[in-house]
Amino acid sequence: MEANHNRFNKCSETAWCPGCGNFGILNALEKALNELGLLPHEVVICAGIGQAAKTPQYINANGFNGLHGRALPPATGIKIANKHLKVIVNSGEGDSYGEGGNHFMHTIRRNIDIAHFVHNNQIYGLTKGQASPTSDMGFATGIQTQGVVTEPLNPIALAITLGASFVARSFSGDAEHLKKVMKEAIMHNGYALVDILQPCISFNKVNTFKYYKERVYHLEETYDATDKQKAFKRAQEWGDKIPMGIFYKQKKPTYTECVDCLKKGPALVDTTEDLEKIEKFMDEFC
Amino acid sequence: MVDYNILLGGEAGQGMNTVGGVLEKIFTRTGYYIFATKDYMSRIRGGHNFNCIRISDEPIYTHRESIDMLIAFNEETIELHEKHLLKDGLVIDEKAYPFKELAKEIGNIKVIGTVMVGAVIKMLGLSTDIAEGVLKEYFSGDILRMNISALEKGYDLVDKKVTLPSVAAPKKTITLNGNQAVGLGALAAGCKFFSGYPMTPGTGIMNYIAAKQHELGIVVEQSEDEIAALNMVIGASYAGVRAMTSTSGGGYSLMVEAVGLSGIIETPAVIANVQRPGPATGLPTRTAQGDLHFVLYASQDEIPRMVIALRSVEEAFYQTIRAFNLADKYQIPVTILSDQYLADAQTTILPYDFSAVKIEKHLADVQGIGKERYKRYKITEDGISPRIIPGKIPGQVVMVDSDEHDEYGHIIESDTERIQMMDKRMQKIETLKSDIQEPWYVGSEKPETLIVGWGSTYCVIKTVIEALEKQGKSIGALIYGDVCPLPVALFNDYAANANNIIAVEGNYSGQLADLIQQKTCIPIKIRLTKYDGRAWGYEELQAKIQEVL
Ligand SMILES: Cc1ncc(C[n+]2csc(CCOP(=O)(O)OP(=O)(O)O)c2C)c(N)n1
Ligand SMILES: [Mg+2]
Repeated sequence: MEANHNRFNKCSETAWCPGCGNFGILNALEKALNELGLLPHEVVICAGIGQAAKTPQYINANGFNGLHGRALPPATGIKIANKHLKVIVNSGEGDSYGEGGNHFMHTIRRNIDIAHFVHNNQIYGLTKGQASPTSDMGFATGIQTQGVVTEPLNPIALAITLGASFVARSFSGDAEHLKKVMKEAIMHNGYALVDILQPCISFNKVNTFKYYKERVYHLEETYDATDKQKAFKRAQEWGDKIPMGIFYKQKKPTYTECVDCLKKGPALVDTTEDLEKIEKFMDEFC
Repeated sequence: MVDYNILLGGEAGQGMNTVGGVLEKIFTRTGYYIFATKDYMSRIRGGHNFNCIRISDEPIYTHRESIDMLIAFNEETIELHEKHLLKDGLVIDEKAYPFKELAKEIGNIKVIGTVMVGAVIKMLGLSTDIAEGVLKEYFSGDILRMNISALEKGYDLVDKKVTLPSVAAPKKTITLNGNQAVGLGALAAGCKFFSGYPMTPGTGIMNYIAAKQHELGIVVEQSEDEIAALNMVIGASYAGVRAMTSTSGGGYSLMVEAVGLSGIIETPAVIANVQRPGPATGLPTRTAQGDLHFVLYASQDEIPRMVIALRSVEEAFYQTIRAFNLADKYQIPVTILSDQYLADAQTTILPYDFSAVKIEKHLADVQGIGKERYKRYKITEDGISPRIIPGKIPGQVVMVDSDEHDEYGHIIESDTERIQMMDKRMQKIETLKSDIQEPWYVGSEKPETLIVGWGSTYCVIKTVIEALEKQGKSIGALIYGDVCPLPVALFNDYAANANNIIAVEGNYSGQLADLIQQKTCIPIKIRLTKYDGRAWGYEELQAKIQEVL
């Protein structure tokens, strides 16, 4: 494998605005996959619907562009069917935490081996600028004309509370950091959430590139990512200073390790049918 | 023909199901065929529940209202069902026989059911040895000894009342319900992933498959909701594993968006909708045929799909396998329509022929797709594109997209490509027609009266047609299994000669009748519909048909 060859590059024209944070995320993802030595046919990129969710369109890998809010369930089905595939979800925060909130909760509980990259621009981009579950209070839109009155969801704190085994934050404007966190998330055994701050240059005039750039900082090198209480505490920081990095990481059995046949047997897709055994099931009805 | 009908009634939790289950096994092992239904309420304790066991020396597929033997676990049962008790019918209850006392004598009130079983088999002239064999499967040790003594005490308590003619040469049979038949069919079809969310009466399919998951090394996942269930199924199917889900109308409502997804991304999915009356929550434990229109059209815009209604426990197994094969062949969602009546009725049938089971996955290999970049949605004459699964062919990736897309699966908005893709998908409906089965026909050769029905009413309609033919009526019935795409050839033939066409359905408006009218332009004006949550009884249906003739 040539070190500099980008195997995942698709050279496609995108539907993203020039300067959109999605470009930085796509670049980091391609770099991470290349550096991990993966091949396009070994990887499936899943997404729901939204601007972020167009990622599978622009990368040379297997792709599942499903329904809005429903990126995680097919990703789960794919991983159960073929545990050898690297399954990655790239989708927006509206898709992941709003429409798909129930799946977010339960995929964490399953701890299935999927890396979940949430492109969090604090807005619904594709539908042209409505509030998202992470929009700050007071943020005015064409719908929330007097500003958002509901409290924003804190994905990092929520994921930690729900028992996620890998919880991180990064920023589309910090290419090196993002790539590094992505690599760790992909290699993590279990469900890994990376909430990726991303400016939306067209519809979010508050949380701009400059806004994030001025506020984000890396969790200190001495930070202990195995301490759940501390992780929860640091997850509360938001506003003038926004910490980035791996907040929490924990070794725990994955779905595949808990389901006997997935743990011990070949991938489900490679198993054969035992019709003779199934025919004998009829004896129970005699 | 032997035709003996037993009704057991009482409150939930009184042990009626155990007594019924043991009796069913005794009857079938003696060589009889049974048709047993459960009428239960949506609660765990209390309420009025009853089981009917109809016994014959020939296969039977429908219940009967009139009762030969009434086994009452409480007084209410007698009050409610006495009107159906035949003139020389028997009543078995605590008032007539001291079951409780005998059970206490044995030292455990819980054996009261077995005392009753002993009494019942004596009255019917059956011996205790088969019954003992059945008890041995339920109990062991001291408990078994107590139950056997209970059986004997019950047996000695009463006199023989009826002689059920014995079966000359008993055949090997199996007795199972519609949900189990679908579950077994799915396993035989190579279904390796099942995802579902509990909803009566569809849960039985999940229960059956789950009970076998460990032994077969397959995966059953209880999803967070029905939306996740079908989306997981589609994901697994995309990755090359046969997968299905089961639910009832409420759950199917949540799946609708993903039915469209399966259609546009051309990824096979098998969905069983075991109908109950709606709308919304409706009557959870009752039966209906109210979802036909719903599943015919459920999706955004239009997609190629197939809908198969199940007519009997026998065909439920084979049709489920066919559903998987056709879902794979045409890369479409296939809905299996069952209902609570079929799902819960225990029916004795000959064992399934496993030598007839064929698993046809219709996957392409390296040769099949050539060296060029893989086109998941390659335009072909029959509308079917060669399908590969991700991860299996180095250098090739598989892109599926719920947005309208080009042949590679890449999002597009151009009008010409849109038309091309829509035409390609809808062409599959035309191609699929070669695999569609005409409805079953029963009755006179050129009937003056033509009945149409679908799904589980097959058996009751057949019974009625046979009776009316015997009375000299010129009558026949077409009973549909495949309802989408709807086959029309047989209907056109029979309708051309018939004076009356009558639809018999378990819904309010006559949904099949509307569908046939739409596809054939032949009006169906007489519609016998039933929407009380109960299945048609043949006495009731026969009376209704005679009324309109
Ligand atoms: C069932 C359904 N509801 C609504 C939509 C419309 N819709 C598409 S994307 C989207 C929100 C996108 O926001 P987000 O997920 O944050 O992605 P972004 O575009 O910001 O990257 C909505 C509401 C849809 N496609 N499907
Ligand atoms: Mg967004």
